[in-house]
Amino acid sequence: MRTYHDLTDPDRSGLAQQIGAQRQRVAERLAGVGRIVAVMSGKGGVGKSYVTAHLARALARAGKPTGVLDADLNGPTIPRLLEVSRAPLTAHSAHVEPMVGLDGVRCISMALLLEDGAPLAFRGPSAESFVWRGAMEATALREFLGDVEWGTLDTLLLDLPPGMQRYVELCDILGTPPAVLTVTIPTPESRDAVRRAMRAAVDRGSALLGVVENMVGGELRGSAADELASEFGTPVIGRVPFHPSANAWDQIADQVSRAPRTAHRAS
Amino acid sequence: MKFLCVDCDSQMSFAERQLPGDGTLAATFKCPKCGRVVAMLTNPMETQLVSSLGVEIGGRTVPEQPLQTIRSAVATGREDAFDDGSREQGAGSRTSWSADALQRLDRVPNFVRGMVKRIYADYAKERGIAEITPAVMDTARSELGLEGM
Ligand SMILES: Nc1ncnc2c1ncn2[C@@H]1O[C@H](COP(=O)(O)OP(=O)(O)OP(=O)(O)O)[C@@H](O)[C@H]1O
Ligand SMILES: [Mg+2]
Ligand SMILES: [Zn+2]
Repeated sequence: MRTYHDLTDPDRSGLAQQIGAQRQRVAERLAGVGRIVAVMSGKGGVGKSYVTAHLARALARAGKPTGVLDADLNGPTIPRLLEVSRAPLTAHSAHVEPMVGLDGVRCISMALLLEDGAPLAFRGPSAESFVWRGAMEATALREFLGDVEWGTLDTLLLDLPPGMQRYVELCDILGTPPAVLTVTIPTPESRDAVRRAMRAAVDRGSALLGVVENMVGGELRGSAADELASEFGTPVIGRVPFHPSANAWDQIADQVSRAPRTAHRAS
Repeated sequence: MKFLCVDCDSQMSFAERQLPGDGTLAATFKCPKCGRVVAMLTNPMETQLVSSLGVEIGGRTVPEQPLQTIRSAVATGREDAFDDGSREQGAGSRTSWSADALQRLDRVPNFVRGMVKRIYADYAKERGIAEITPAVMDTARSELGLEGM
């Protein structure tokens, strides 16, 4: 009996072609984005979202059109940080428009779509939902990347949830790994978690833009940022105290906007 | 996924898709040589796994809508999350909606309604259907694989 690869007729479902078309849609949509930067850390609660939102605002204030894609689908916090209004998203036949927050930062987030306080829940068979839930979340991320029309952007920041899963999905969807900015707090525990994330990013081929050390100057002891920076040969591009002044972000924004532009995959 | 008619050693071709409405899916495949038809039946979990990839068994028949999977699959979406702008819906076509079709559309959650309306309008336009009725909606639902819409 012949096996799968022996059958060469195009199957009408063309699932592989459908996946290819999805990737193509993402590539075309993001063609006008100068720089795609994933903000991550292997650790929760270190201030990824806080840094992402403030960095985005500083970039926008410097005259560089900036967007934030809240890739934390289950714990979205960006709209609150950017004070985005709860107005409906405008949907057209082939795209939706992002919302606009403080300093003109454009934004898409699951928080804009969900009922107040409701978790992200999907319709579907509840038994064995673990089988399809991950695929559903990756598809939601792919739709945010492929269907939101940002217009011309200097930088698109992606606020990732803790852990590495979303980063891996992002690499698959984009085809080329995004540049990565890591956020840590000074402690050794944070250093160890962020190290794992940075190693995964390097293994996947991401360029490291540098390390931001958050929550410095308080009770937290350690020198995570310096240690990570020297281990990975990447700069510490900012040290952020608790409740920093607005100009603390300008220096970080300046460094990020000097980073090489994203080489978009030839389509 | 491919189907082989073992007797004829011939690859079967996709014929039809049906959604019985219970979360399962039926797709039929036909042997071009001997005409034998087989049906692939997937359980709700398998059906969901395919739709969670944003792909359709049998191929896509109308263009993918923006955020289509999110809008059709999120159960906790806000009523007023989207403004679909009535001016664009079915633009350039003379498609109209029967009263009972509109009533049925009203029962679709607001989160996804504008998108569903556009999909049915595109479907009708493509086939030169002048009026969308519940029967047209039923056929379109099956043909387009719009489970739960
Ligand atoms: N430099 C800072 N000064 C004051 N508050 C801060 C600072 N950095 C973070 N925070 C606050 O700490 C809390 C955690 O920050 P944030 O939500 O940005 O972390 P996170 O890494 O995105 O968390 P998660 O892993 O859950 O996504 C938030 O309430 C945030 O406002
Ligand atoms: Mg966060
Ligand atoms: Zn046969």
